[in-house]
Amino acid sequence: MSGANSDLSKNLDSRENKMPLEGLRVIDFGWVWAGPITGQLLGDMGAEVVKVESRKRPDFLRLFPPFAEGKPDPDGALFFHSLNRNKLSVTLDLTQPKAAELVKRLVKISDVVIENFSPKALRNLGLDYPTLSQVKPDLIMASLSAGGQTGPLKDIMTYGPSLGALAGLDSLIGYPGERVLGWPMAYTDPASGTLAVFAILAALYYRKKTGKGQYIDLAQWEATTALLPEFILDYTLNGRVAGTQGNRHPHMAPHGCFRCKGQDAWVSIAIQTEEEWGDFCKALGNPPWSQGERFFSRKSRLQYREELNGKIEDWTIRRTPEEVVKLLQEAGIAAFPSYGIGDILKDPHFEARGVKVVVDHPKMEGEILYGLPWKFSRTPGGIRRRAPLLGEHNKYVFCELLGMGEDEVSRLVEEKVLY
Amino acid sequence: MKGDYMSKSALAGVQVLEFGQLISAPYCCKLMGDLGAEVIKVELPPSGDEARRYGPFPGDVPHPEKSGLFLYLNTNKRSVTLNPEHSAGAKIFLDLVRKADILVENWPVGFMAALKLDYQRLKEINPRLILTSITPFGHAGPYSKWKAYALNISHGAGVAKGIGSPGREPLAPPGQQAHFFGALNAAAATMVALWEREISGEGQYLDISEADCWAMLFNGVWYSKYLYAHEEVTRLGHRSNLPVYPWAVLRCKDGFISATAAEEAQWQRLIELMGNPEWAQDPRFEKGVKRSQHADEVDERLESWFASQTKAEIFQACREKNVPFSPVQDIGEVVECPHLQERDYFVKIQHPKAGEVTCPGPPYKLSETPWELRRRAPLLGEHNEEIYCGLLGYPPRDVVRWGKEGIL
Repeated sequence: MSGANSDLSKNLDSRENKMPLEGLRVIDFGWVWAGPITGQLLGDMGAEVVKVESRKRPDFLRLFPPFAEGKPDPDGALFFHSLNRNKLSVTLDLTQPKAAELVKRLVKISDVVIENFSPKALRNLGLDYPTLSQVKPDLIMASLSAGGQTGPLKDIMTYGPSLGALAGLDSLIGYPGERVLGWPMAYTDPASGTLAVFAILAALYYRKKTGKGQYIDLAQWEATTALLPEFILDYTLNGRVAGTQGNRHPHMAPHGCFRCKGQDAWVSIAIQTEEEWGDFCKALGNPPWSQGERFFSRKSRLQYREELNGKIEDWTIRRTPEEVVKLLQEAGIAAFPSYGIGDILKDPHFEARGVKVVVDHPKMEGEILYGLPWKFSRTPGGIRRRAPLLGEHNKYVFCELLGMGEDEVSRLVEEKVLY
Repeated sequence: MKGDYMSKSALAGVQVLEFGQLISAPYCCKLMGDLGAEVIKVELPPSGDEARRYGPFPGDVPHPEKSGLFLYLNTNKRSVTLNPEHSAGAKIFLDLVRKADILVENWPVGFMAALKLDYQRLKEINPRLILTSITPFGHAGPYSKWKAYALNISHGAGVAKGIGSPGREPLAPPGQQAHFFGALNAAAATMVALWEREISGEGQYLDISEADCWAMLFNGVWYSKYLYAHEEVTRLGHRSNLPVYPWAVLRCKDGFISATAAEEAQWQRLIELMGNPEWAQDPRFEKGVKRSQHADEVDERLESWFASQTKAEIFQACREKNVPFSPVQDIGEVVECPHLQERDYFVKIQHPKAGEVTCPGPPYKLSETPWELRRRAPLLGEHNEEIYCGLLGYPPRDVVRWGKEGIL
């Protein structure tokens, strides 16, 4: 068992108020989103996460607006703050052989390595799994590349949306019968990062039973395509290629998003059972159109769904989303406004669920970040640290964790190894 | 344990009980089963998991053992039928809980409590149990008892507001994605609790809200943009509202290209690839921010260059030049894609009723404990005898009687 683990076992008695992953150490080479969210989730649950960057090539998000003080500043990049809390930051210029040696020393006292570079990057630096697992045989290393470590497209460079395009996701997004619009935000990153946390912990569990580490080749493309099974199977079973889906459901009608009174105000309504349909009509006061033959059965409602949507919108447009939702939820109908970020941030339910947490950062006092989505009854995670300044923890990591002298560290700073 | 642990499965020996339906609880438990956990799926008689009626069905002919969604989501599980509303059924359920490490359920808030199967009671009979509940809004908070399908969760958590065209209705992500994302989160959180239990010896209760997962892990990164840059998510059709461009889905000869370039160097390489056209010198196209302000003009120029080329040709040329553009692959192209085939991504499952079914296989490759298809999806109640007589040791005549009484 690893050093980190045996230390943890000694502390069995004092586990009150401990976070679930306390005692695990993670080296995070993550970059932009997929890698960093993996490290952050482990950190939120109590792992000690050391993020490795360099001034020569800081995490791209350190250069991405908005910035705390309005002007570009690697320590004030707010998007970066939201993916790198609960982490320590060290700066190492990995192109220098001495830096690579320091990484190996760090890996030796760690449990997990995370990276989301293209497959050749760490290999070229001499820091790939075969090398690192020689230093630390029971290491668990997860690589979250776009297309995986093998295959003809292994070296493709993508962003979240262009990866979603390869995975088949984008082809489904648009209004039914119209052009593909795609999903301009990156779903592949948080989906892959969350899946990586699952795989890493399964591998840790196996290590605890056997003492063996392993390598996880997680292709974000494959992780995403795995979330589209009903479309994939309609092709493999029936040869059908799904098109743009809109808000439609194959078996439910009504199932859509309807315009309401107000600026860009919308409400989503979905009905599955005949009982729900009856309750819905009743809530609307059983208008004559709702009693007609076309909407009498689910099958017929599906056939005439556009006409049905029009009738419903005639009703919603005279009401605010809140009025519609109140009336329909009281009748047991699934309805909810189409929220923006501002709506989430002022909603009492999301407030009660803890979507907002306040953190003091040297560049922004009282910065609002999102909370932890997983509610654990006995050992909740938490935010112990704001996002780190670039290289903020060089001294702690190299002097305290690796036991190097301050002189040696200063020399490495002068040589721009720690840079 | 170390010496005699012969298994090559990461989660060998972990006992998982699944009590739920459709997507979230089943996908969560599939992830565990595919890495070696023993998953017992409890289905309500007489018709079982709702996913059995979802499809797609071979030849579009509905059949409870041939639903594509069900066949995919329930690999590596055994199925028992059980009605815990009946007191004898509840007792059997508790016997299953005694043997379980993990129970995953996705029933509406209040359902488990009404059956007297809430965490407080289950904990008494099995303090090591990890109970993971997956619901739209969570078990606490003002909306916890509200009804929501995946559509409502995606709209409610701010995901749809950024998909679609200006002025038109926001679009939820396809295929009930809120449930899949909730399942990923539930699976990861459950593993965290399992790891912790290895150390503390105690189980716990996990309350996973699908709306929370979307609102925080997907949308949380945009909070700062709203709060500090005063920008709300907006729908710009085929474009994003990031201050970089191109970041859009554009037309080409035979379909669409996802044209994303966040770094200036990538834009420069694209311009070279296009043969250094004169217009590229125009100050309107100088930087990502400026290009995003003149997105129509950028689209026009890129699309006129794309118009004579296919997705494959553009992809090939861009790859050679290190420009991160991708083809928008339709579902058929994804299944036929040589890259995924070389990685053995799709797997063929032989099923006694549905025949051969091809579906996505491993979402990751683990070097030491590979993803493994040990069992096809079960028939409804296929393992009643194996579980009730074998695992729990009930006399076969009781099992037959419970079957007749509608308890199984």
